[in-house]
Amino acid sequence: MNWIAIWVTFKLATLTALILVLIGLPLAYWVSFSRWRWKFLVESVVALPLVLPPTVLGFYILVAIGPHSPIGRWYADLVGHPLPFTFEGLLVASVLYSLPFAVQPFASAFDQVDRRVIEAAWTLGVSRLKTFFKLIIPMATAGVVTGFVLSFAHTLGEFGVVLMVGGNIEGETRTVSIDIYDEVQALNYAGAAKTALFLLAVSYSVLLAVYAVNRKVWAVWSQK
Amino acid sequence: MIVDIAKTFPGRLTVEAAFRLPLDPPSVLILFGPSGSGKTTVLRCLAGLEWPERGTIRFGEATWLDCATGENLPAQRRGIGYMSQDYALFPTYSVAGNIAFGLSDVPPRERSRRVAEVIALLHLQGLEQVKPQQLSGGQQQRVALARALARHPHLLLLDEPLSALDVPTRGKVRAELGKLLRDLRIPSIVVTHDWEDALALGDRMVVVHEGRVVQEGTPQDVFNRPRDADVAKIVGMESVIPGRIVAASNGLLMVEAAGLRLQAVGEGEAGENVFACIRAEDIVLEPAGGGATSARNRLAGVVREVLPRGALVQVIVDCGPVLSAIVTRSAVEDLHLMPGAAVAAVVKAGAVHLIPRREERHA
Repeated sequence: MNWIAIWVTFKLATLTALILVLIGLPLAYWVSFSRWRWKFLVESVVALPLVLPPTVLGFYILVAIGPHSPIGRWYADLVGHPLPFTFEGLLVASVLYSLPFAVQPFASAFDQVDRRVIEAAWTLGVSRLKTFFKLIIPMATAGVVTGFVLSFAHTLGEFGVVLMVGGNIEGETRTVSIDIYDEVQALNYAGAAKTALFLLAVSYSVLLAVYAVNRKVWAVWSQK
Repeated sequence: MIVDIAKTFPGRLTVEAAFRLPLDPPSVLILFGPSGSGKTTVLRCLAGLEWPERGTIRFGEATWLDCATGENLPAQRRGIGYMSQDYALFPTYSVAGNIAFGLSDVPPRERSRRVAEVIALLHLQGLEQVKPQQLSGGQQQRVALARALARHPHLLLLDEPLSALDVPTRGKVRAELGKLLRDLRIPSIVVTHDWEDALALGDRMVVVHEGRVVQEGTPQDVFNRPRDADVAKIVGMESVIPGRIVAASNGLLMVEAAGLRLQAVGEGEAGENVFACIRAEDIVLEPAGGGATSARNRLAGVVREVLPRGALVQVIVDCGPVLSAIVTRSAVEDLHLMPGAAVAAVVKAGAVHLIPRREERHA
């Protein structure tokens, strides 16, 4: 098995999931609580990676972060090398690609929180930010864990976006799914099978964790 | 406190409310109306949870809301104790955690003192570490009240404080809440659609119907003299007579009210101040004189007014206190009921409801 590819993949998935918690929680809060009438426009953009072919998404990201775009030029000036075909570039792409897998569970967990409970906290003089951390997050734990795990698992298996944005650089952007593809191209079926089985086992365990967390008997807020 | 606001929800009725609440001495104002009349909306505007599109809210010297200048004090800074209908306890916190939730700006020692204070006040000792889901309805209500009181609010806003309770609990909790509001001396606004709540808790009462204030006065006045047929329908036509229990035996209570002696069925002790309430349809009118009857209360009186109310007729009878009876048109003809006629009003002891009355009333 290609342990370097496995290391890159896990590093990518963990960082992506962590960044998505940071970006996704405020975004999901806005999606869940805003009364803005054009909110659905933003919701649709967030959900876009669910239906867009990864190659299309990858293509646009590649163009957006490439040396011909303002963002790409700004980044290249800042750190000295362009963003495409680096681990950082791959990270940016993964965050965008897995955005709905974090934001949607977060937002639906926030939707479940009784608004009157939140209002009760406000009338007790507790600021919106404190109410968010002390009340809403503890009541939405299961959804937050689900969003984290799903975006992690989704990043583990991405292929099209990685190929478009990351290329295939050993130790930098070659992930497990690219490695399996390479093994098959080289007719090394035994190697591909081992790595594939490993990825299958990991994905299955991760989903087991999600469903376990979402079983009400185990959720922290419904102990009786 | 001066309130004058208007709030519209798209596709629903506009709620307009204007009233005053005297702050010194503190009094309890009842917002009374059927469900959907807009009384909860008014309360939420006062709490800072809804934003009216027109109007002002002033509390003492402070302006909470002035739509003309765009001033709007957020809910966090109004210094209120707000309790919603379903209590909205925090499920992830214990009873003590719920009560201490709004006290994070208070030093730890003072915080635990305040928590202990309201726990004692509302008899929640022993439940400090229990989660809200494990509490009974009455206990949840007390925790919600304790949580609101722990911050020493300047104004207490209670939305249907008793409606989530089952009937046997409700009577007991109502009496406790009445005593608590009396002892606390915090200006309070209580939303309810229950006339017993209004009489037991309120100093003043504002009747809201289809988003408008239709009558204002003491609860006793409003129940005795509804301004028009609409208000009468909302409050139920009641005769409400202040009195005092003078004797109690075998579940039968003797109440002295405005020179009359009434017998009532219920629980209470001699010396207790009460309102004796009689529904208009429970009063039977008979010719004056007449013989013995199984009904315990037979009150001689004079007809003051005869008011047609659709198929029925409301007859106002002066027996010392003024009673309001509702009878059919044919009864009016048979008994020759007209102003000045002498009649007897007959009421069974079981039809006299007693509501605890607050001793000192600052209206």
